[in-house]
Amino acid sequence: MIEIIGLTKTYDSVKAVDDVTLTVESGTITVIVGTSGSGKTTLLRMVNRLEEPTSGEVRINGASTQAVAPHILRRRIGYVIQGNGLFPHHTVARNIAAVPNLLNWPRDRIAARVDELLDLFSLDPDQYRDRYPADLSGGQQQRVGVARALASRPDLMLMDEPFGALDPIIRARAQDDLRRIQRKLGSTILLVTHDMEEAIRLADRIAVMDGGRLVQYDAPARIIAHPATGFVADMVGDVERPLRLLSLIPVSEVVTDGSADGAAISAEASLRDALSACLWTGRTAVPVERDGVRIGQVTLDAIRARAEFRA
Amino acid sequence: MTAAALRVAMLAVLLALVIRPHWFEPVFAPLAPAGGPVIYDRASLLSLSLNHLGLVLAASVTATLVAVGLAVLVTRPAGAAFRPLARSVANMGQTFPPVAVLALAVPSLGFGSGPTLVALFLYGLLPILENAITGLTNLPRATMEAARGIGLSRGQRLMRVEIPLALPVILTGIRLSVVIALGTATIGSTVAARTLGEVIIAGLLTSNTALVLQGGLIVGLFAVLIHDAMLQIETRLLRGGRI
Repeated sequence: MIEIIGLTKTYDSVKAVDDVTLTVESGTITVIVGTSGSGKTTLLRMVNRLEEPTSGEVRINGASTQAVAPHILRRRIGYVIQGNGLFPHHTVARNIAAVPNLLNWPRDRIAARVDELLDLFSLDPDQYRDRYPADLSGGQQQRVGVARALASRPDLMLMDEPFGALDPIIRARAQDDLRRIQRKLGSTILLVTHDMEEAIRLADRIAVMDGGRLVQYDAPARIIAHPATGFVADMVGDVERPLRLLSLIPVSEVVTDGSADGAAISAEASLRDALSACLWTGRTAVPVERDGVRIGQVTLDAIRARAEFRA
Repeated sequence: MTAAALRVAMLAVLLALVIRPHWFEPVFAPLAPAGGPVIYDRASLLSLSLNHLGLVLAASVTATLVAVGLAVLVTRPAGAAFRPLARSVANMGQTFPPVAVLALAVPSLGFGSGPTLVALFLYGLLPILENAITGLTNLPRATMEAARGIGLSRGQRLMRVEIPLALPVILTGIRLSVVIALGTATIGSTVAARTLGEVIIAGLLTSNTALVLQGGLIVGLFAVLIHDAMLQIETRLLRGGRI
């Protein structure tokens, strides 16, 4: 559990971060959203003390981050930044092994961990281990960057616009990968983005920052349905609200008996995907399948019922 | 292939000139004045060459250590204020004519290798310092941020990230400095340092073109071959480490 308590950062007399308090549960993804200058990156950088707070405190599993030297603290916290920041003069394996090396893990344990992580990120160890970052595509570099952050099984992972440099298709895949890996490993992640779409896609909880203050901290569905301020409503985007709500609900939640015609949709897909399929092919219901077996259908009416504003 | 052949040919000529200078008597004879020596005979060209190279090596190693050390210091946050000062001192070392450095150093250090070493050292400082500062200040931002963010200490960041990434630029500075020193060392003979300059000066004093050409040729070949060898080492390092 990560507790951020009354955290404030003042530059000259400007409050970049103003008295922010929030708690991140272990094993969840919390996404901090805000426009540029909202203080979101400063808030993140105070957690691993790349910036020292003017006042306030951060506790990781009950222990204050001020209790150890900054570079020792950072080895327990994964860190991923935009443009990945890999070491260009080290191989992929040595990049991933950076923190375990600092922690003096035995050599065979490091080698095993590197291969395990490469497998996890769908990069064949034999093929990629000894390559240099410059030989990889942007998406692969980004995956190596995340693998490096995960290498020592940190208590917490901080990600600052980790997908910002990727094109939209690669970005969507990277987000899905992150969600899958986070669920599998039960990691705790604090991620900063300016993109509400990304926040809704990834977050268990969303923290919206504006002018250095935390204006709302809530589950995505509540942020969409009940924005606390006009700023949050703007970030969510009025027109998009029903679609964003639908994107949070898996098809499996509203599947009913029946056998609609046409191409099927996965039970893990969102209602937004199902709606899209209905509209595109002019159907009022779409069959649903799980692991290739049809398990029922999802109807346009059922989707509509979930998209309506419920006060 | 032709580059390799040229290299071998130049090396062969150089070795022959230094070890068996008398083979070249027919070549140099037309250039020597009547009755004058065709080949320099007051000292062996081999020992002069070794002395010359030794001086350059000693001065370059010292200049590298001092310049890189200084560059590291002034690129740390605490030393940043001294960067302009370090730069202007090194620049001054470069503006002083080498002969003037020698003249000024003789009263305190006496004749011989001492003043030459000082002049070579001062001359070698600037290119290495400038390149090292450039290399250490133009590192990829994201990489430096990540190095800090994943928990490398200051010393580890310097040794594992900053120096390796700046190495190509630093090596270029060292190469430049060594080549300058090879040429400048000849002037050391004016204050009785035992370098290949001795041959050239003897030739100039007796209007013996053969000796001037011998000395010049040997120094020139050394400079070209050493420059080339260092360039090879640099590219090999780069290819190995993908810096």
